[in-house]
Amino acid sequence: MTAVAPSELDRPGDAAIAAEAVPAPVTTVPRRRRPLTALWPMPVGFALIVGMWYLLSARLEPSRRFLLPWPHDVVTNGFLNGEAMGEILASGWLTTKLAIFGLLVSIIMGGAVGVLMYRFKWYERMTFPYLVALQAVPILAISPLLQIAFGYGFFAKSVVCIIISFFPIPTNLLLGMKSVDRGMLDLFDLHGASWTTKLRKLALPNALPSLFAAFRISAGLSVIGAIVGEQFFQKGDPGLGQRLTQYRTLIEYERLYACLIMSSLLGIVVFVFFGWLSNRVLRSWHESAQH
Amino acid sequence: MTAPLSGSAGLSLADPVPLLGFHHVGMTFPDGTVALEDVSFEVRAGEFVTVVGPSGCGKSTLLRIASGLTNATGGSVSVDRASIGYVFQDATLLPWRTVQANVELLAELHGVAKAERTRKADDAIAQVGLDGHAGKFPKQLSGGMRMRASLARSLVLDPSVFLFDEPFGALDEITRERLNDQLLDLFVAKRFAALFITHSIYEAVFLSTRVLVMSARPGRIVGDFTIPFDYPRSPDLRFDAHFSELTGHVSAALRGAHA
Repeated sequence: MTAVAPSELDRPGDAAIAAEAVPAPVTTVPRRRRPLTALWPMPVGFALIVGMWYLLSARLEPSRRFLLPWPHDVVTNGFLNGEAMGEILASGWLTTKLAIFGLLVSIIMGGAVGVLMYRFKWYERMTFPYLVALQAVPILAISPLLQIAFGYGFFAKSVVCIIISFFPIPTNLLLGMKSVDRGMLDLFDLHGASWTTKLRKLALPNALPSLFAAFRISAGLSVIGAIVGEQFFQKGDPGLGQRLTQYRTLIEYERLYACLIMSSLLGIVVFVFFGWLSNRVLRSWHESAQH
Repeated sequence: MTAPLSGSAGLSLADPVPLLGFHHVGMTFPDGTVALEDVSFEVRAGEFVTVVGPSGCGKSTLLRIASGLTNATGGSVSVDRASIGYVFQDATLLPWRTVQANVELLAELHGVAKAERTRKADDAIAQVGLDGHAGKFPKQLSGGMRMRASLARSLVLDPSVFLFDEPFGALDEITRERLNDQLLDLFVAKRFAALFITHSIYEAVFLSTRVLVMSARPGRIVGDFTIPFDYPRSPDLRFDAHFSELTGHVSAALRGAHA
């Protein structure tokens, strides 16, 4: 496949992107171009979901329709209602800050734990079972404990967020560092590289792809963790978690659905952001990028 | 040992002092497998010694012992470890580094200043014919080009003893022969001491001043052939009658080694 149809290279911008993306010595058809025809599944999927929503709403008795209001009512009373949207956006921002804080703590602490497990086999044996336990702990069950220990504030909420988003960071980092090619380690050993040199120049760069995968997973989890934390600890300025509870209690289901959609949008945004960041950093050398 | 021997390129000028010596080396792994038994030979500057043998006979272990990556359980090795260049079976290039940065790696590990190592890397890249590819990442290179980058990386420190662990084993015939020619050019120019491991009898005879045949486990040297052709060697040597005769002898010894 060396031939490239002239029409595909008509627009110079696209050709430049293609040339940058496929610098292999072999002439290849540009891979990154996504023709318009490949975009149809997204709107179709969206239409199917909205259609199903309408169907389900239609099947509810009118007296119970508040449980699943019409999508257009959610749009007008939720998204297009200035007051409601103002509330939801302000809460979204609070939740975002909480999630970012939780994620940062998970990354810093998880990174340190991962590096220590790589350095000391005994530390890995000592810590790993508890990481698994932490991951498996039912957060609902320990929330009363957290409340007694940390109160109702920002810190208590971020602890929930950290517990939920922590696990992927140290485990993926460790996996990435351990999968360094044997020959490369031999090479560094032959030339008397110290442990820190091997960490900086070999193990950490080697772990970047799996670490970025962990960032993506943890970022999504930290949003969930932030909302769950807010639902446990209702005190303080209301984030999305408190709003969800509040709208449910007040039977403002249109706002509730708008709030739910905003919550998942937040999760999607952080997921896409880390995907984009990963691609930017790894694009030049790693196979996972560009796809 | 960095200065090439001047004057005639004849083999008789090989340095009388061996740069690498195995003295009754034995290797028994913790599980009781005897990998090597009583291996003794020496390699001088300007000598190209190749070891051929069946898979699993301990050829690679020989290199690991020479470099100090593995300790022998018997006998001794004499070599200046600081002057060893080790070319692995795989190119082992760091995928996140460009060719240039990969070639600079070893100089970097030894604390060579940036300007100096850039200059050395430029030289090495030119020597293996990778000019114009310095900015590429390993995944953008073909297998042969990766191997040449790996070779360039080991050239930067200008080692006087080269260990090659089946470096061209994974390459196609044409690429392998081209790299053999290129390696001999480097050998003639630099006159290092080379210890080369391969499965290919043709490669062994074409490259070497001496071919050693190793037996299946436990690995012992069961054949020792001097290859009398002068350097530089023409690619056409592969079709020479005397060349075929020698490969025949090595092949026969190798069949005996399998038994």
